[in-house]
Amino acid sequence: MYRIGIDVGGTNTDAVIMDGQAIHAVVKVSTTPDVTSGLMQALQMVLESVALAPENVGLVVIGTTHFTNAVIERRNLSPTAVVRLCLPAAQCLMPMVDWPADLRAAIGEHHYLAAGGVEFDGTPIAALDATEIKRIGADILARGIRSIAVSGIFSPVRDQFEHEVGRLLVEACPGAAITLSSAIGQLGLLERESATILNSALRELASTTVASLRDGVAQCGIGCPVFLSQNDGTLMDATTAERFPVLTFASGPTNSMRGAAFLSGKADAIVVDVGGTTTDVGLLHRGFPRQATTTVNVGGVRTNFRMPDVFSVGLGGGSIVTDAEPAPHIGPRSVGYRLTQEARVFGGPVLTATDIAVADGRADIGDASQVDGLDHALVQRCAGVIDKLLADAVDRARISPEPIPVIAVGGGSILMPDRIGGLEVMRPQHFAAANAIGAALAQASGEVERIYLLDNLSREAALDDAEQAARRKAIVAGARAGSIVVSEREDVPLAYLRGNATRVRVKVVGDMNL
Amino acid sequence: MRDLDESDIEALAIGAAILGTGGGGSPYIGELRCRRALREGKRIRLIALEELADDALVMSVAGIGAPTVSIEKLPEGGEGLRAVRALESYCGCTVDALIAAEIGGGNALEPMITAAEAGIPVVDADGMGRAFPEMQMCTFSIYGHRAAPAAIADEHGNIVLFQRTVSEHWFERLARSTVVTMGGSATGAEAPLSGRLAKQIAVPGTVTQAITLGNLVMAANRQHTSAISAICAQESGVHLVDAKIVDVKRHLLGGFSVGEILLEGMDAYAGTRAKVAFQNEFLTFERDGTVEACVPDLVVILDVDSGRAISTEMLRYGQRVAVLALPCHALLRTPAALAVVGPSAFGLEGIEYRPLSDGRAASNPSSMQIGKTP
Repeated sequence: MYRIGIDVGGTNTDAVIMDGQAIHAVVKVSTTPDVTSGLMQALQMVLESVALAPENVGLVVIGTTHFTNAVIERRNLSPTAVVRLCLPAAQCLMPMVDWPADLRAAIGEHHYLAAGGVEFDGTPIAALDATEIKRIGADILARGIRSIAVSGIFSPVRDQFEHEVGRLLVEACPGAAITLSSAIGQLGLLERESATILNSALRELASTTVASLRDGVAQCGIGCPVFLSQNDGTLMDATTAERFPVLTFASGPTNSMRGAAFLSGKADAIVVDVGGTTTDVGLLHRGFPRQATTTVNVGGVRTNFRMPDVFSVGLGGGSIVTDAEPAPHIGPRSVGYRLTQEARVFGGPVLTATDIAVADGRADIGDASQVDGLDHALVQRCAGVIDKLLADAVDRARISPEPIPVIAVGGGSILMPDRIGGLEVMRPQHFAAANAIGAALAQASGEVERIYLLDNLSREAALDDAEQAARRKAIVAGARAGSIVVSEREDVPLAYLRGNATRVRVKVVGDMNL
Repeated sequence: MRDLDESDIEALAIGAAILGTGGGGSPYIGELRCRRALREGKRIRLIALEELADDALVMSVAGIGAPTVSIEKLPEGGEGLRAVRALESYCGCTVDALIAAEIGGGNALEPMITAAEAGIPVVDADGMGRAFPEMQMCTFSIYGHRAAPAAIADEHGNIVLFQRTVSEHWFERLARSTVVTMGGSATGAEAPLSGRLAKQIAVPGTVTQAITLGNLVMAANRQHTSAISAICAQESGVHLVDAKIVDVKRHLLGGFSVGEILLEGMDAYAGTRAKVAFQNEFLTFERDGTVEACVPDLVVILDVDSGRAISTEMLRYGQRVAVLALPCHALLRTPAALAVVGPSAFGLEGIEYRPLSDGRAASNPSSMQIGKTP
């Protein structure tokens, strides 16, 4: 069966057809404001390019930045109530306490603290009060709020209270979109709660967006299941995506890095994704992006999502070049998607990084004669600045002096020299569509984070227990049991406590059962 | 006496993390709580040690427990004040000011929150001048002031009073097991000390020191200059190396996160290989088999670009860091102090403490013998 990967970016929508390890077709169209018509156009073109009948498509995977952008632009967010199970603890800081005021206003401040939550070892802090939860549900209903976030202290350790409250709130507020924090994130109450609130606030947008993406696929005659890419590059089915839109937040950079790994055949490499305005540099470790360990800021909100550790610099194909002493300025301002009208090689008035790449002989696009007249010394100085910016960014991602390949992907990667910081630069075929290829790779994952008391349990037994739980989750997500491998396995002791408590996190990944 | 505002609190959180030398827990929750208190119109006032009357009573307040718990089970809010009130009632006294037991990490903010509630000032001083893993590693204890009577309060309203403990180690043990029973995070208040004694045995000026460091880092970030060199200049510190972390080894030992990180020098330090050992806090910096800095001097690891502190829990392979050594206060360099907070107290056998040179230590008149190694 064939797989289709689609990346819906801010500027372009890319689509690829793959079968096993083979790439059969790649197309690129402009993203449309409604998303769906661009998606359909890309699907139809890519099917036609290899005359593939829609019924031979077994899987469609869509990567999109739609939900991240909704948060950043504060649009299409639903008013959301927050129910925190914590009393008597955690009264000192209310939900959304560290959010930007405009985002708080967009979501509203409907906060309820209730008894419940557990200690680090799973013991209840206080008993749940069903009457209290019902009263809160009635109040939420009376306020006309249809999105609810439920957070509970140490719910990643024990999620029973959150589930019970979820059931009570479904009864009290029929049809409400409810997100439980235990389904979203890791330890760190405020960060996990914030991610849960964002998720609930995006649920209505997710329903309509995912429905229209599915419609678009169906209207192209494709009847197979539709999946979305999540933060770690693995897949979730469309129904899960409707319920957990925040899990798509980092799918863009992840897909591009995973696509680069596939295209180059390298599992360990530095990936440089040069777009029109920015360059993202990250490290591949065993075929997956290395994850950031600090909190990740999304639209001004601290969250604790696992996101790729990507360093961005304001350099891209559309970066505007201005001469200055001692060195010319290149970026961060960019002509962006207007490159094909504004750049000199396309007959426009603006000197861009792409023009420098063409004048320097690195790239051959547009009309090279338009940059013939450029001062040779200026071109050399600009090329030097571009190389320095890229070399510094690559060096940040290096973790050892051992040679490591650098993989250039993205439409702007024509800026890349052949060697950078002493490292060889690879430009795999189809480099411009690495995003869509990353989406089409089709793997499913399972992740578990728990606290274990090592008094009567060995560290290995704790890790094994977490791994088994993660494997079960991966199979539920669609992975084929025989293909599952461990991608991350870590344990961090809970410092300052003499109980030998340790936090264990295991993630496994497997190929989708097609 | 001066009022701290939100920008002081922001700077204090940054500076306290630096003085935390990798431990002490994140100041973030404490920073948010202080901001809330200020927005509610409460005042956070800072009083210098010398402004304190000799017969004034000062109580130290600290959060006790695991940082992993404190980012998840946030406090109810009144724990610190309940502990202080319980201890006041037992001792039959009224305290005039609060003081941090530990300026490094989250505990720098703890007395601020309680003092804002109680309407009393916080003393510009603390009991460590940095962070240490155990409560007896505090100048108050080192110089003979007993922690007990002490009180520990939790979010439920439970208050445990320690009437008497036969040693500071016993207090540490009993307090620790109490906190584990309370769910791994609680707030404690310790026996009041007089203004006269505080002036002798508290590490002076450390709140202002942390605020100054925080302001330096923020100014350097704004002006795109080096926070690292600004911190070294301010603290008479040594910039040991800029490096990438090439390995992090850690394990659990008796409730402590113990391990070491291996560093490979970069930029001007290319070719250097070095090692930092930690036990919750960073303990030693070693290059080519020579220990160049060790406890109680501060071994500080900062993000090489932003100058923000990196805690032992955040350490990971590939991070680009600057390692600094900052001289500790003379109160931590006496034989009495080194027995409790010197290298041998952390099981670092065979390492002799050699104080980092520091102009302030030499010029600081103190009744205690200073600057000598045992």
